[in-house]
Parts: sequence; C-alpha cells; structure tokens
Amino acid sequence: MNAIRSLVAKIREINSRYRTPRIQMSRGVRISLMALRLYLFALVGLMIYKFVLLVIQG
Amino acid sequence: MNPFSKLYYGLRKAWKVVRLYLVIAGPGLVVMVADNDAGGITTYAVTGAKYGYHLIWFLLILIPVAYYVQEMTVRLGAVTKRGHAEAIFDGFGAFWGWFSLVDLMIVDWLTLVTEFVGMTAALAIFGVPPWITVVAVIVLMGIIVVNGRYWTFEKLALLFCALNLVYIPGAFMVHPSVRNILHDGLIPNFAGGFNGELFFFLMANIGTTIAPWMLFFQQSSVVDKGMQEKDIPWGRFDTLLGSIVTVVVAVFIVIVTGTVLSGVNIDSAAQAALQLMKTDKYVGALLAIGLFDAGLLGAICISLASSWAFGEIFGWAHSLNTKIRQAPWFYGTYFFTLLTAGLVVLIPHAPLILITLFVQVIAVTLLPAALVFLILLLNDRAAVGDYCNTLVQNLIGGFIVVSIVILSTLYGVTVMFPDLIK
Repeated sequence: MNAIRSLVAKIREINSRYRTPRIQMSRGVRISLMALRLYLFALVGLMIYKFVLLVIQG
Repeated sequence: MNPFSKLYYGLRKAWKVVRLYLVIAGPGLVVMVADNDAGGITTYAVTGAKYGYHLIWFLLILIPVAYYVQEMTVRLGAVTKRGHAEAIFDGFGAFWGWFSLVDLMIVDWLTLVTEFVGMTAALAIFGVPPWITVVAVIVLMGIIVVNGRYWTFEKLALLFCALNLVYIPGAFMVHPSVRNILHDGLIPNFAGGFNGELFFFLMANIGTTIAPWMLFFQQSSVVDKGMQEKDIPWGRFDTLLGSIVTVVVAVFIVIVTGTVLSGVNIDSAAQAALQLMKTDKYVGALLAIGLFDAGLLGAICISLASSWAFGEIFGWAHSLNTKIRQAPWFYGTYFFTLLTAGLVVLIPHAPLILITLFVQVIAVTLLPAALVFLILLLNDRAAVGDYCNTLVQNLIGGFIVVSIVILSTLYGVTVMFPDLIK
C-alpha cells in the first residue's frame, strides 16, 4: 500500500514539475501538436475498431 | 623530410585519428547495428526470398534517412545532457511526456518479446531448448550491464555488432551473380509492378530501419557516455558509419536469401536458415548465428532504452556507470522487462504472431510523435543554441518526417486491415 502511495505521490510530483511546457508555443508548434493529436485520434480509433472486429469475429 | 618519414608521420596521424574515433565510437554504431534486430533480419530475409535483388536500391536510400533522423539525437543529447524522454516532458509538458513514455514502454516490451522469439528460434536450429536460451540470454545480458561501467557495456555491444557482419562472408559463400546484383539491385525498379504486397514490404523495410526506441536509446546513450558539444562531429561520423553498416548488412542478407531462396515462400529468418541448411549447412548456420546475435543486441539496447527513460523521468539513478546498489530501480526495470519478455516466449501457444503485429502497429503510433517532437526540440534555440536545425536540415528532416508519417500510417492501416490495399 505504501509503495502505491509513494508511486502516486511521485507521479503527482512529475506532473507538477512538467505542468508547463518549456517550449514556446508558436503557431508552428501549435499546428504540429494539433496535427499529431488528430493523427493519434484517427489511428487509435482504427485500432479500437480493429479490436472490436477481432472480438466480434472471435 | 624523406618519403619514409612522411609516410611514418602520415600513418601515425591516421592511427591517432582512428584511436580518437574508437574512444568516441559507440552510440551511433551500436544503435544502428542493433536496429538489425531479429525482426529486421526476418524482414530482410523474407524480402530477399520474395523479390530477389530487386529492392536493394530501396535499402540504399534508407542510409541518409536513418542518418538524418539519428543525427538529431546526437546534437540534442550532447547539448542538453538530457535523454529523449526527459526532453519531451520538459519541452511539451506532462501529457505528451506520459504518452511517449507509456507508448515506449509498451512497444519496447513487445519488441523484446519478438527478440526472444528470434533468439530461441535461432538456437533451436542447433537443438538448444528455448528455456535454456532464455536463461542463458538473461544471465549474459546481466553480465554485460552490471559491471558498473558504460565503457565496458559499449565495447561488448560493439563486439556483438561485429558479429552482425557474418552475413557478408555468408553472401560470398553462396556465389551470387555480381552482374545480376548490379543490374537488378542498383537500378530502381518495382519487380512485378507496384501492388499492395510490394508496398507492405517497402514499409516493413522502412519500419525496421527507423524505430522509435532508437531515438530514445541513442540520445540517452550519448548522455550516459558523457559526450560534449565538441564531440558532435565524431558523433555524426559514428552515426553515418552506423547507418552505412546497418544497410550494408541488410543488403548482404537480401543477397543471401535472394540467391539461394529466390521464389521460396518463407515467413521468418529461422525458417530461412533451415532452408539454407539444405543447400549449404555453413551458410544456414551463419544465418542462424546472425539471427541470435541480432536478437541479443536488439534486446540489450531496447531494454536499456526503457530503463534510461524511466530513470530520467522518475529521477532514479540511471547510468551504466553506477553499480546495482546505487541504481536499483534502473537495473530492476532492466531485468524485469527482460525476464517477463523471456517468460512470454516460454508460454505454450502464446499468441506470438499477434504480438508481432501489435509491435508494428504500436510502433507506428509512436514513431511520428517521436519524430515530430525531435524536429520541434531541435528548433528550440533556447535549449540547443547554435546547434539548432538549419533551414536545410529542417527541410530534409521535415520531408523525412512527413514521408514517414504518411507511409507508416498506411503501413499501420495495412497491418490492421490487410485486405484494404490489394
């Protein structure tokens, strides 16, 4: 239990340490990250679709 | 000065340069040769059997692609003294950091399983039971890293890199036609026309040449080695040499299977080795030894890439220059990933083919992300200063990234839905 608590605390500490991205969010960076998000949503969506297909087909 | 003195001083100078390179050599060469892992050897062996020498030209194109991508990690590591995982957390915040770390962890572990599959299959050819292979590999990999010195690890890894060259004598032993290699292999062509199957093979070859773990491994390795900004030119040379060696080895594998197994349906390097043994047992044995070595080298680097990344983020001691007592979490993660991946191979009827497919698909999700982050980080003048990407480097890097994003997406979709592109 203690180990889990300390792990959670460590993750919180990491999250707070890296809360603000250091790179300046210029227009180019914003567009790149947005494109990456869309790409990942599309691909993860396809993976979930494929997984559901596999489950349905047994 | 007489000619003998000139020659003597010339040779002494050259030897000094070679010695200096041997001090700096390592991260680039190791990561590139390790890229020819069990999955890579399988891809090249199957490519040769399927298309003969016809795709050699395509492999040669991958030399600059691999170099330009990996060279960026050398600059980023040497200047910021941070590994790739830490650089992403710091540059883009916790969300993208966790995404990269978790994705890396999954893809590394799954790839590690495929390395064990390759190693056990290779030694099974010589009658070694899988459980002995798994135990021996874990013990050997333990010995390689626990000595508490990065230098020792690196030089041992370079020794395994040298063993990766066994395919070169192997290719000479099967007496290929040089004329056919030059004619079919060096002139760009698509044997049998461009179709879905050929596209799948081209993508598989790209996927085995640039992998997400390579970015994480080389950058962390550059940091652990203690490379400075002044070492960057040597780091670049090391990376270039590595990218040439990795593709040359790939070409020789294609030549071996393209000469002896052309038109034969094989689906793994171990199967290729068995088939080769029927015609020349020594060449078959070399292919099997090379497959084992490739799996071992890949396993060493992949498990280290994960351990380094976790150490960077969780703030654990994470250097090969530390002893187990000083960095228990670092070595603990290393052995945990190794042990669990090795055990999966020993499970009867484990879904190893499904795991291999998963590796390809998940790697596809991480690769574009890792490449986009890499380019953006190399444009952050506040962090990398004068080592920022130039316009030409951005154009080349951008072109490579966009191409890989498009092609790897298509590859991922093809793996998931094989009937989509026929």
